[in-house]
Amino acid sequence: MHIFDYILRNPAEVLQFTLEHLALVAIAMALAVAIGIPLGIALTRHRALHRPILGAANIIQTVPSLALFGFLIPVPLVGGIGSRTAIVALTLYALLPIIRNTYAGISGVDPAVVEAARGMGMTDRQMLWQVEMPLSLGVILAGVRVATVISVGVATIAAAIGAGGLGMYIFRGVAMVNNQVILAGAIPAALLAVLADVSLSWAERRLASR
Amino acid sequence: MTGPGDNAMKNGSGQDGVIECRGVWYRLEGDRPGAEPRGRVLLSDLSLRAERGETLVLLGRSGSGKTTTLKLINRLLEPTSGEVQVDGRRTTDWDPIRLRRRIGYVIQEVGLFPHFTIERNVGLVPQLEGWPPDRIRARVEELLRLVGLEPAEFAGRRPRELSGGQRQRVGVARALAADPPILLMDEPFGALDPVTRTELQSEFRALAARLGKTILFVTHDVREALLLGTRIALLAEGRLVAIHSPLDFLRATQPEVKEFVSALGIGEKDFIL
Ligand SMILES: Nc1ncnc2c1ncn2[C@@H]1O[C@H](COP(=O)(O)OP(=O)(O)OP(=O)(O)O)[C@@H](O)[C@H]1O
Ligand SMILES: [Mg+2]
Repeated sequence: MHIFDYILRNPAEVLQFTLEHLALVAIAMALAVAIGIPLGIALTRHRALHRPILGAANIIQTVPSLALFGFLIPVPLVGGIGSRTAIVALTLYALLPIIRNTYAGISGVDPAVVEAARGMGMTDRQMLWQVEMPLSLGVILAGVRVATVISVGVATIAAAIGAGGLGMYIFRGVAMVNNQVILAGAIPAALLAVLADVSLSWAERRLASR
Repeated sequence: MTGPGDNAMKNGSGQDGVIECRGVWYRLEGDRPGAEPRGRVLLSDLSLRAERGETLVLLGRSGSGKTTTLKLINRLLEPTSGEVQVDGRRTTDWDPIRLRRRIGYVIQEVGLFPHFTIERNVGLVPQLEGWPPDRIRARVEELLRLVGLEPAEFAGRRPRELSGGQRQRVGVARALAADPPILLMDEPFGALDPVTRTELQSEFRALAARLGKTILFVTHDVREALLLGTRIALLAEGRLVAIHSPLDFLRATQPEVKEFVSALGIGEKDFIL
């Protein structure tokens, strides 16, 4: 008996669940980036937003993931059984690291550089695109990387609310008390996480060395 | 694009290039809790006027409010009370972007953009102003030569590939790029070796006379002040102590002025005179 037996005997199904998993994470991350980066930028512009936004993101982060998926099911529009609910939960989970790093990255830009930019008559928008974003991209990307790795793990829970993905094997394997089935979910999930980590680290380093 | 500054120029109000502070107070707002006592006064009742084409030196010890004064002029700060006028118009009435593009600013910490090449750093304001690329490139080369950096060697480098003194010179070139009528220079020659410093000072003197720009030049070096200033304003603890021509400065009787003059070596005074 071999731990890969189940995977080798069911390659098509493993591939299908892996792709489902990947799709959940990819869509959630795209949404989290689209929401989180602008929110992080907004925090650097309006201090008053700091407490409520980071506070809310922090609270979401402390809710156990299974509970978060469960809470969302009865919520109208975003809730229900299926991948839509899972994507909403994953997006919410990914927000904190992205917002926090965007804020930290932009606030961390050398104040002398910011002052020079302002003193030379850059508009707020020019400052953001030409100075602040390029100089904090590495830090922002690190937030995206952390969020992605977390999402790959958390997305295994999506199967519990009928959203598919590699969690299918994990829940099935637990129910059947069959380690091979559990590993058919866990191994590809771990590989996805490592892959996301390595490729985003690489992108970060490329940006840092420019 | 026509801004308020352009109109003022067409009107020929006679105030172009004039910088004036009238009874300016600047008090910290204390928005960073614990950083400083709330409401600490950095500038008290400051009044001074720089005429068009003159080099007014702001001299003072560390912490006397020199940098704060410069920041009030390009509206990085706004006065708590009193008013600051540029070209005869209150800074708070200016569009801050238009105002700042009219004023070249050499900041004390240099603040080059680390992700831009030297060429892009120097050409930044012309680029913001929408100059054609050819004209920007020619202008950048001209300015790099002016501050003694060979364009072929330096234009393509990043700031971190330059020495501190070279970076400082790039900072000066950057402030001059769009040929602004007003220059604010915050210890622009601070990080230079004595030889280069003297070289740049004498070039600066010739240049200032030729360009006819209004220059506010900050330094704590009394020699530099005497050499470059048409007038010298001495600040101490946020107050204007005295404002004199270099000759009168040497003869002045205020104790704060004498302190600075006594820092000159024996015989140096006569040499300057
Ligand atoms: N944002 C700030 N918060 C707190 N204190 C400040 C702030 N900006 C300036 N100060 C204080 O105001 C005083 C004047 O500062 P300023 O930078 O104008 O001095 P300066 O004359 O330029 O000194 P230096 O020659 O050392 O550059 C200093 O005591 C400084 O500590
Ligand atoms: Mg200073």
